[in-house]
Amino acid sequence: MAKITIPFGPQHPALKEPENFMLVLEGEQISGSTINLGYNHRGMEKAAESRTYIQNLYLIERVCGICSHSHTTTYITNVEELAKAEVPQRALAIRTLIAELERVHSHLLWLGVAGYEMGFETLFMYTWRDREQVLDCLELLSGNRVHYSINTIGGVRRDVSAEQKAEVLKRIKFLEGRTQYYIKLALEEPTIAARTADVGRLPPEVALERGAVGPTARASGIARDVRKDEPYLLYDKLDFKLITHNTNDVFGRLVVRALELVESYKMINQVINNLPEGPISVKVPMKIAPGEAVNHYEAPRGEDIHYLKSNGTDKPERLKVRAPTMANLQSVSYMLEGGWLADVPLVIAAIDPCMSCTDRAAVWDQKKGKMAVYGWEELRKLGIEHYKHRGIDFSKL
Amino acid sequence: MIKPARVFGEVMRHLFKKPATCAYPFEKAKITERFRGRIDFDSPKCIGCQMCVRVCPAKAIEIKLSAEQPPAPVQAEGQPPVPAKRKFDCFMHLDHCVYCAQCVETCPKDALIMTQDFELAHTSRAALTRHYK
Repeated sequence: MAKITIPFGPQHPALKEPENFMLVLEGEQISGSTINLGYNHRGMEKAAESRTYIQNLYLIERVCGICSHSHTTTYITNVEELAKAEVPQRALAIRTLIAELERVHSHLLWLGVAGYEMGFETLFMYTWRDREQVLDCLELLSGNRVHYSINTIGGVRRDVSAEQKAEVLKRIKFLEGRTQYYIKLALEEPTIAARTADVGRLPPEVALERGAVGPTARASGIARDVRKDEPYLLYDKLDFKLITHNTNDVFGRLVVRALELVESYKMINQVINNLPEGPISVKVPMKIAPGEAVNHYEAPRGEDIHYLKSNGTDKPERLKVRAPTMANLQSVSYMLEGGWLADVPLVIAAIDPCMSCTDRAAVWDQKKGKMAVYGWEELRKLGIEHYKHRGIDFSKL
Repeated sequence: MIKPARVFGEVMRHLFKKPATCAYPFEKAKITERFRGRIDFDSPKCIGCQMCVRVCPAKAIEIKLSAEQPPAPVQAEGQPPVPAKRKFDCFMHLDHCVYCAQCVETCPKDALIMTQDFELAHTSRAALTRHYK
């Protein structure tokens, strides 16, 4: 059969954000795919270099709308590490609480999106209505539904009162009941099984090879979670299970996320019931000591990595963000191959992609005024030339 | 294991429930106490230190000397002259503001106040720059 290449995106009803997938089709079946990034590039890393550490906090929060707390916490851990600030235990507990509430809201949102993509809109409506409960918790604690701005350098900005604790626990109890219902629904409802089983397969060895992270990797049976592997915040003191599943398909990703919700509720209860007393922040000077720091964080979508280099002023010299979607996109092109065209939106949605997180790097040719794609050979040539200008010759290597 | 129409009972129960949404704008939205809305300015408290201007991530605040300055207090006999307290105006660019309320936290004199005001949309851009006197 003749092969046809069709573009999927950057503007497509099934994609929530602009991204381009070039699909090679043989009839209805996909035999190859290429992913093109860069439609959502906002130059945030460069912008961070011209702002102070405290101003960057609000910029980094806007890398992503869903995991805004993940990005600021990773960034702030780097800053505090360089400044050698001792963050109070209560502040760490509040950060953990917000982090888990954020995971609940992100997973419920994903459950709705998955329901929508598989044509099960009842599930979409129910989960999004229930998600309001956790958004209300976040609004109650931090002031806003999406950009919580709870972090500040040296601690958190707002304390948790006794009434707020009771209110959050009440809502979490309601959500626990609803989640149990969704788990039962996911396991027994034939629509879900028919639509997700054996779709977007990612065997464990491929997941490892392509560096899948978060629920995508855990659904392929890879027990990888930063909260367990390298505990940060209060995770070493909390009792929770690492959820994995072995079906390697979209169904597995659904089950992993649904069961992770239950673990998150458990953690929220533990944190609220054992909230340490004490101050919520310490003072940190505006200028941060020179040095480099790298930290990772288990965002709802997977491992988030931040690199920070300080030169001793009040502004960072370099900030690099590796968002989880970037790591998972490699796996998407594998998952699409051999599948059907109708499954493409579901497979892409299954990694919970966040393109605005990922697109912070693109090659822009200033003279020609257009985007350029560099291959490995060209990049190598450019590197050699760059060093030649600086008096180092690599061309004989 | 697989049971068809697993969701049917739940759907039927929902037919007799109240809608989860509220009829905004006819019904007022519930805003929490901690909500970060429009920033207000209290001119008599401002000392013009420009801390808020420096800390603002969106360059949304301008603090300028007021056109009309209060008169200097009358010099008491035998006392050195007391300098007049300078008055400052605040220009708040609501179209730039990201509503993080960092300025409110930074202000040493509590001259900036966080309000719960969120209905700030306007048809002209000029109206989005508020001049607080």
